[in-house]
Amino acid sequence: MNGVHDMGGMHGMGPIEREQDEPVFHEEWEGRVYALTRVLRLGPKWNVDMSRYTMEQLPPARYLASSYYERWLLGLEARLVASGVVSAEELADGRARPGGAKMPLMAVDEVRASLGPWRAPHPEVGVPPKFNAGDRVVACKINPVGHTRLPRYIRGRQGVIEHDLGVQRFPDTWVACQDPKPQHVYSVRFAAQELWGPDASPRDALYIDLWDDYLDPA
Amino acid sequence: MKTDAHEHHHQGTDLSDVALRVRTLESLLIDKGLVDPKALDLIIETYETMIGPHYGAKVVARSWVDPQFRELLLTDANAAVEQFNFTTIAGALPTRIVAVENTPKVHNVVVCTLCSCYPTQILGLPPTWYKSAAYRSRVVIDPRGVLKGFGLDLPDDVEIGVWDSNSDMRYLVVPERPAGTEGWNEERLASIVTRDSMVGVAKVTAP
Repeated sequence: MNGVHDMGGMHGMGPIEREQDEPVFHEEWEGRVYALTRVLRLGPKWNVDMSRYTMEQLPPARYLASSYYERWLLGLEARLVASGVVSAEELADGRARPGGAKMPLMAVDEVRASLGPWRAPHPEVGVPPKFNAGDRVVACKINPVGHTRLPRYIRGRQGVIEHDLGVQRFPDTWVACQDPKPQHVYSVRFAAQELWGPDASPRDALYIDLWDDYLDPA
Repeated sequence: MKTDAHEHHHQGTDLSDVALRVRTLESLLIDKGLVDPKALDLIIETYETMIGPHYGAKVVARSWVDPQFRELLLTDANAAVEQFNFTTIAGALPTRIVAVENTPKVHNVVVCTLCSCYPTQILGLPPTWYKSAAYRSRVVIDPRGVLKGFGLDLPDDVEIGVWDSNSDMRYLVVPERPAGTEGWNEERLASIVTRDSMVGVAKVTAP
């Protein structure tokens, strides 16, 4: 969707404010929201794309006025209600009523067991790529009202396939776990002037990961 | 408690109300038997005390002293990072790592314009500026201006590559090794590699 979250290239968002020796969480509640998001398993139709899409659908003024973890909280509340785990009444007064969708509990032992040496997940194989490194491509001009990972500033622009990054699920159809549509994703290089016009540096480039379904041959 | 908390304001929102809402939500989920508060404690503790940019710093330092490792890092960052056995919490996202190399002629910088994707498994949780609308909107259209704001004034003949991480790939910038560190061992080198240099908004400098 053409939401305010898709902000690459927008002006007027103010100065970039940095903080020395920033804590991981500024307030205790931020850590609780982060951890709640990690442990709640809201059933088979909920995945990270759906989490992102829920936050993208926040009213734009609300999105921009909220801090990062406030958006996580708003998204979490919306997902809990939408999945039937918690009712709006329970959320409003904090008192549990009987009933509601069941969900497996992630106990502390399970979290402890999942602590371990980092291992990269292995992507699916056996899906043929549509493009090769060096191919000239153009990003589709689409304006879906649903979830997409193709930002506006890339649509309709020409670039070159830099690397094949392997196979991933397609966010636009995987968002509600409808269809994973596994396909190749490429790192695609766009000249800064192709994206932003002659005022941009003639040397600079933008790299973004694009799925086969976002691309046509140039 | 409520009076004190009302003193804090952040981006136009009353934090005390948010804190109360989160507390209410957590206790509701505990009452419904859906959440184990000790699981939350362990996740928070792990990110506050264990996972952080010191992981990435070790990777970068090794790439400065071991050419074979550097080659592996730049061609298969996942295999390279797996060698360190960094403790993380498994199973959040199917994210893989790509390392991009800074040289005297090319400078790379990472962003996620659509949300805030970040190589959490080797840098920990992202700083607030990385997640801000100001950074996400601007670094793609004005990377030189943004880097100048971070104190990095790059000459015109240096190519800037901006990496918008919108898929399951997470980008690690491998900064240049600074002059004056000849003969340093890996551990000492790792101690000067900063988080910002691995996002690409700073260079590493020798003290």
